[in-house]
Amino acid sequence: MSQMRQLTEGAEMSSCPSCEEPLESGDLYCGACGFDLSAAPEPVSADDHPTIAINGAAPQGGSAPQAPQAPQAPEVPQEPAASVQWPEAPDASTSTHHPGELRGTDSSGGELPGAGAPAAEPAAAVRFDHPQGADEYALQAPDPRTVAPAAATPPAGTKLCVACRTGTVDQDGYCEHCGHAQPRERDHMERELDAVAAVSDRGLRHHRNEDAFAVSATALPDGSPAVVAIVCDGVSSATRPDEASAAASQAANESLLASLPRGTHPQQAMHDAIIAASDAVNSLAQDPAHAREHDPHRHQNAPACTLVGSVIAGGLLVVGWVGDSRVYWVPEDRTAPAARLTEDDSWAAQMVAAGLMNEEEAYADERAHAITGWLGADAYELEPHTASFKPDRAGVVVVCTDGLWNYAEGAAEMAAVVPADAAERPLHCAQVLVGHALDGGGHDNVTVAVLPFSLTPQGAGSA
Amino acid sequence: MANFSKSNVPQFSVEVYQNEYLPEGGREVNAIVTVTSTGGGTVGGTAVRAYAAGSTPDAAVAIMVDCSGSMDYPPTKMRNARDATAAAIDTLRDGVHFAIIGGTHVAKEVYPGGGQLAVADDRTRDQAKQALRKLSAGGGTAIGTWLKLADRLLASADVSIRHGILLTDGRNEHESPEDLKAALDACAGRYTCDARGVGTDWEVKEVTGIASALLGTADIVADPAGLAADFTQMMEAAMGKEVADVALRLWTPVGTEIKFVKQVAPTVEELTSRRTEAGPRAGDYPTGSWGDESRDYHVCVQVPNADLGQEMLAARVSLVVPQSDGGVQTLSQGLVRAVWTDDMAASTSINPQVAHYTGQAELAQVIQQGLEARKAGDMDGATAKLGRAVQLAAASGNEDTAKLLAKVVDVEDAATGTVRLKAKVEDADEMTLETRSTKTVRVKK
Repeated sequence: MSQMRQLTEGAEMSSCPSCEEPLESGDLYCGACGFDLSAAPEPVSADDHPTIAINGAAPQGGSAPQAPQAPQAPEVPQEPAASVQWPEAPDASTSTHHPGELRGTDSSGGELPGAGAPAAEPAAAVRFDHPQGADEYALQAPDPRTVAPAAATPPAGTKLCVACRTGTVDQDGYCEHCGHAQPRERDHMERELDAVAAVSDRGLRHHRNEDAFAVSATALPDGSPAVVAIVCDGVSSATRPDEASAAASQAANESLLASLPRGTHPQQAMHDAIIAASDAVNSLAQDPAHAREHDPHRHQNAPACTLVGSVIAGGLLVVGWVGDSRVYWVPEDRTAPAARLTEDDSWAAQMVAAGLMNEEEAYADERAHAITGWLGADAYELEPHTASFKPDRAGVVVVCTDGLWNYAEGAAEMAAVVPADAAERPLHCAQVLVGHALDGGGHDNVTVAVLPFSLTPQGAGSA
Repeated sequence: MANFSKSNVPQFSVEVYQNEYLPEGGREVNAIVTVTSTGGGTVGGTAVRAYAAGSTPDAAVAIMVDCSGSMDYPPTKMRNARDATAAAIDTLRDGVHFAIIGGTHVAKEVYPGGGQLAVADDRTRDQAKQALRKLSAGGGTAIGTWLKLADRLLASADVSIRHGILLTDGRNEHESPEDLKAALDACAGRYTCDARGVGTDWEVKEVTGIASALLGTADIVADPAGLAADFTQMMEAAMGKEVADVALRLWTPVGTEIKFVKQVAPTVEELTSRRTEAGPRAGDYPTGSWGDESRDYHVCVQVPNADLGQEMLAARVSLVVPQSDGGVQTLSQGLVRAVWTDDMAASTSINPQVAHYTGQAELAQVIQQGLEARKAGDMDGATAKLGRAVQLAAASGNEDTAKLLAKVVDVEDAATGTVRLKAKVEDADEMTLETRSTKTVRVKK
C-alpha cells in the first residue's frame, strides 16, 4: 500500500527550483510549472560556496607538514605539499585502513594488481561522449541550474509532457494527456564547482533515483583549499532509500565542512563524517512523521544506504566508505596504472578476502552484490573505513556507486572510460561516465563525482 | 479546524491503497480508494450536532409506508409500521421538511397533504402522528407511484438533502417491472432512499434494487416488532447527512480503460455502468449524500504498456459536489499510479486492501449465486458456492455474514469451505442472507 499524498520533506524553498516562481509555505507542487517540490533535494545553499579564491595567497612553505598519524605512501618523498599542521587524530588509527593494509590501493604505483597493463587510449574507449548529455535520454530532466535562463522559465501552462509532447503537465507532475510522470529533480542531477563535479542519474530501469551526492569546497585553517565529494546509494530493499542517501550525503558533507576548516586531520574528519552520516540515517528510522505508511511490498526495515567519500586537502587524498560504492584513482599520465582505492563491504569481496573464491567466481555469484556493511539503524556494527594517500602525480579521483562500476569494474576499465581531459573538465568527465553506464544498460541508478588532483593544489593549475 | 468555505460541509479525505508496481508488460492497476468525510452531522453514531444559532436544517424527508391489503396479515404488521413511522417522526429535527405517503396501487398523501411538505416542530409532529392513526390496509402495490409522489413532494422544498424511507411487505404486483424501472430512473440523483422489506413476502431484488438505484441502504425487518428501532436508526442517519450529490470523479489518461469501479464498503455496489461523462477522459460515478462516514471504492484500470522504470498516473480520483453556478467543487483527491519495475518482489505482491475487497466482492457474488442455485434445485452448485462463501467469510473475518450463512448451511470446516445444505431453512434466514450478502467488513488491522 502506498499513500499517494506525501508530505514535502523538510526543505523550505522560497522559489520553485524549476521556474523560480515564488512558493507559498506548504506547497507540494509549483503553482506555475507544476514542479514536484517534494522530489527536490535538500536545499543546496549551505554548501553552495564557490570554490575558494585562487589568488596565490598560499602560505609559503615554512613548517614541514609532518602529519603525525597520517599514513603516507611508502615511497613518496616527504615534500612540503601542504603547510598544514595536522592535529593529533588519535581515533583514526583504530578504525582506519592504512595504505599498506589495503591491497592495490596505493596510488603511488608499484604494488597494484594488474598494474602492468597501461591504460588504453582514453579517447578511443569513450563510447559515450555527449557534451550536452541532456538530450540523451527520453526522460531527461533539464537541470534548472545548468539550463540557459531563457529556457528555464517557460510561461506557466505551456509545459508539455516529455513523453507524448501533447498534453500539458498537471500540478502533480503527470501529463494531462497520457498520464506519464514528468522527470523529477532527482532523476538527473548535476553539480559543478571549480575543483569537483558530480552527476547522478536515475538510470534506465529504476523508477526513481535512490542515489544522492554532495560536493563542496572549503579551506583549511591555512587557507589552502579542501575539496569534498560524498556519494551515497540507497539500499533498495529497505524503506525510503532515497531519503537515506540524501540524508547521509548531506550530513557527511556538513560534517566535513565543519571539521576541515577547524584543522581536523582529513582522515579523522572523514571518519567523523561517516559517523555523522550514520546518525542522520539512523534518525530517519526513528522519525515516524517521515515514515511512509502502507508501503506496499517492502518490509518496514530501517532506511539504509552506502556511503563513499573523498577529500582532497593539503596534498592528501583521503577516502572513506561503508558499503560497495567505490573510489578509483586515474593518473593523468595514462601510462601509470589506475587503482581502486576502496574495498567493498560485499559478499563477493568477503569471499575473495577469505580465500574461499577467486574474484571471478565471487562476482559471478548472484549474491556478489549483497552488501555486508551499510549506514542505517539495522546495521550490525558500523565500521567506517578510511584511507589516506599522498599521490606523487596528478590525476583524477572518481567517486561512484555500483551503477557505474558495474560497467567498468576494474581500475584499468574505469581509466579507459575517463576522458583524457578529465582534470580540466570534471563535469564533462562525470557526464561521460554516467553515459557509459547508461549505454551499458543503465540497470541501476548511477552517480559519479570527479575530483581532479594536482600536486599544487593551491596553484591555479588545480582548477 | 475551521472551515470557512462553506458551513456544514464535511471535510473529505481520499486515501489510495495500491501496489503501484507492475512487472514488465503489466497493464492492470488495482486500487482501493478510501473516502472519509468528517466534521459533518453525526457524532458517535447519533444525530447530535451543534447548529449555529439561526441556521435551519437543510433537509427534506419523505416516508413511504406500504398500506396494501397484505399489511393486515398479521394485523401487527400495520400497527408496527404505524409505530415505526411515529418513531421516525420523533427523530426528525426541528426545521426539517417532511411528508408521509401511504402506498398501495396508488400513492396517497397522508400528511400534510395538498402537495406540500410540513416543517418539523412539536405541533406538526403531533399532527403527523394523528394522521398515521387513520392509515388502514387495503389495495395493491405499485411502488413506482410512491417513488414519483415522493419525488414531487421533496422537490417542492429548497433544500440540499432530499431523502426517502420506503417500507414494503409485498411484491410490486400492480405495475410492470418497467414502470418501476422508469420511476427509479426518473428519481435517481434527485433524492436518496433507504428501502426496507418487512416480513418475508417481498422480493429481495426489488428492495435492494430500489436502494441501489437511489443510493440508500436495503435491509430486511423480518419481525415487524423491530421496525421502530430500524426506522429511528434510518432517520438518524438521514439527519446526519450534510452534503448531497457527491460524485466520485475518475480521470484517466489516454489509452487507459476503466475495467470497473465499485463501492466495496460498507456494501458492494457496482458503479461501472453508472458513469456520466464529465469532460475529457473524466467521468462521474454517483455516491449520494454523505454524513460522517467512510466508504471504500475499488478502481481497476488497464493502462497502456510502458518501459521498465517508467511511471504514469493511471487515474486521478476526486470527490466532487455540484455548485449552484453549474460547476463543481472538488472536495478531495488522490492519485492511482503505475510504476514499471524489474523488482519481482515488488511487482508480484498484492496489496492487502485490494486482496481483501476482491474477496469481499466474491463473497457477495457466491452467496447470490449459491442461493440462486438452491432455488433452482441445483444442490451441488449451491453447496459449492455457499461453501466458498463460508470459506471467504471466515478468512476475511466477516462474522455477520458467517453467522447468516450458518443458518442456511451446516458448516463442517470453514477453512476449507466444506458445508452441507440444511434440509429446512427459514424464509427469513434465506432472505436476510440474500439482502445482506453485499455487506462487507474492512481489512483486519
